[in-house]
Amino acid sequence: MLLIACPWCGERDETEFHYGGQAHVAYPPDPEALTDAEWGEYLFVRANPKGEFAERWVHGAGCRRWFNVVRHTVTHDITAVYAAGQQPEDRNGVTA
Amino acid sequence: MPDQLPEHPDWLWRTPDPKPSYDVVVVGAGGHGLATAYYLARNHGITNVAVLERGWLAGGNMARNTTIIRSNYLCEESAAIYEHALKLWEGLPEELEYDFLFSQRGVLNLAHTLQDVREGTRRVGANRLGGVDAEWLDPDEVRAFCPIVNTSPNVRYPVLGATLQPRAGIAKHDHVAWALARKADAYGVDLIQNCEVTGFVQDRDGRVVGVETTRGRIAAGRVALAAAGHTSTLTDLLGLRLPIQSHPLQALVSELLEPVHPTVVMSNHVHVYVSQAHKGELVMGAGIDSYNGYGQRGSFHQIEHQMAAALELFPIFARAHVLRTWGGIVDVTPDASPIIGPTPVANLFVNCGWGTGGFKATPASGWVYADTIAHGRPHPLAAPFALERFTTGALIDEHGAAAVAH
Repeated sequence: MLLIACPWCGERDETEFHYGGQAHVAYPPDPEALTDAEWGEYLFVRANPKGEFAERWVHGAGCRRWFNVVRHTVTHDITAVYAAGQQPEDRNGVTA
Repeated sequence: MPDQLPEHPDWLWRTPDPKPSYDVVVVGAGGHGLATAYYLARNHGITNVAVLERGWLAGGNMARNTTIIRSNYLCEESAAIYEHALKLWEGLPEELEYDFLFSQRGVLNLAHTLQDVREGTRRVGANRLGGVDAEWLDPDEVRAFCPIVNTSPNVRYPVLGATLQPRAGIAKHDHVAWALARKADAYGVDLIQNCEVTGFVQDRDGRVVGVETTRGRIAAGRVALAAAGHTSTLTDLLGLRLPIQSHPLQALVSELLEPVHPTVVMSNHVHVYVSQAHKGELVMGAGIDSYNGYGQRGSFHQIEHQMAAALELFPIFARAHVLRTWGGIVDVTPDASPIIGPTPVANLFVNCGWGTGGFKATPASGWVYADTIAHGRPHPLAAPFALERFTTGALIDEHGAAAVAH
């Protein structure tokens, strides 16, 4: 089980959280202008790296707030936790 | 001491060095990759084929699944391909001359809620119309078919009924892989282990004409990925983005027990699936971990949840001990259906996205993929599963419909 440091509540067990997948996927500013392929890519395609991954979690059993985490998808090492709307510090290899 | 050991049995396949060039290079020597190579040779006469495996043969999800075989899917595109697989399974032990313990002991999908009952009876109707054997059992019939299931009304989620596919069952997964490998090898296919693909060779027009590997460059007329949870690590090298997410999926076995469990029981609602292997272990599958992961291990709380479900359904298991747990990496698509076919990159084919249910499809997956590779266009059973569906929106939505919770 992961130990996740909620930015507001501190370290809690993974079972208090829900996963939100890749972080920093912006809603297209002008969806009507997208082709079907571009819209399909926005809807269905997310990064799936073997390595560091910027992802969203929500503390459902705590403060119920969304935030971002940089986690390694093999080792599960969490190297950054930051608020929704913020960007991770510049680091090589992070799929933001 | 060495002189007291028996002779090593004959190897089932050769261990060749890679040749400089092949007509088809299959990436991944799991069940699907091996079946693809076998049917390329058997059905299409294409034998100048290599299957490259970064680890050892059938050491990924083929070694980590719960061996359940069934075809009782709701959507007709899914039922068609899984039923094709089941019909192939029924003939494969004889065809491959290998008794891999295929046992059609039936699969029960339990219903615990009114919604489960409606979903189950609807699926039974759809299956019958589609030529897939299916029956609806009431709780008494469930108890008669599988006496160890707790059908008491005094549990949190009482059994209200179940679907039964009598022709469904289990097979010994390792032996399936070895049987396919032996026959593919006999056709002249090179099975090359410890050979990881690290890049693709492309010509000036972007066509894939080979692969870079840890054992050097290998030219290829066509390259066919069968790499399950690691598919996107390969396609990322080409800048080809696929709608798959890789998750850990766990299973476990108990110690060896007397035969107590006559069939396969699956329950979406309390979420566990249980069979008993021929050797005697209870084999149980859990849910996927929610997060993306490649670590081939999962969270302990998933195991805890799964054991709670198993004990609710099977009080008789209360004293059984867990022998070992493990995880595989499953490639999940947005509609929980596979992606099979050509890609926007010429000469590159994908067969991925089987998610939590690829083992049962092994022969049909290989059959349609081999045909697709041989002819450069989708096999009719594979056509609905093309990558284009994520542009057209013609999804095959098996989430919640496929008789398993994902």
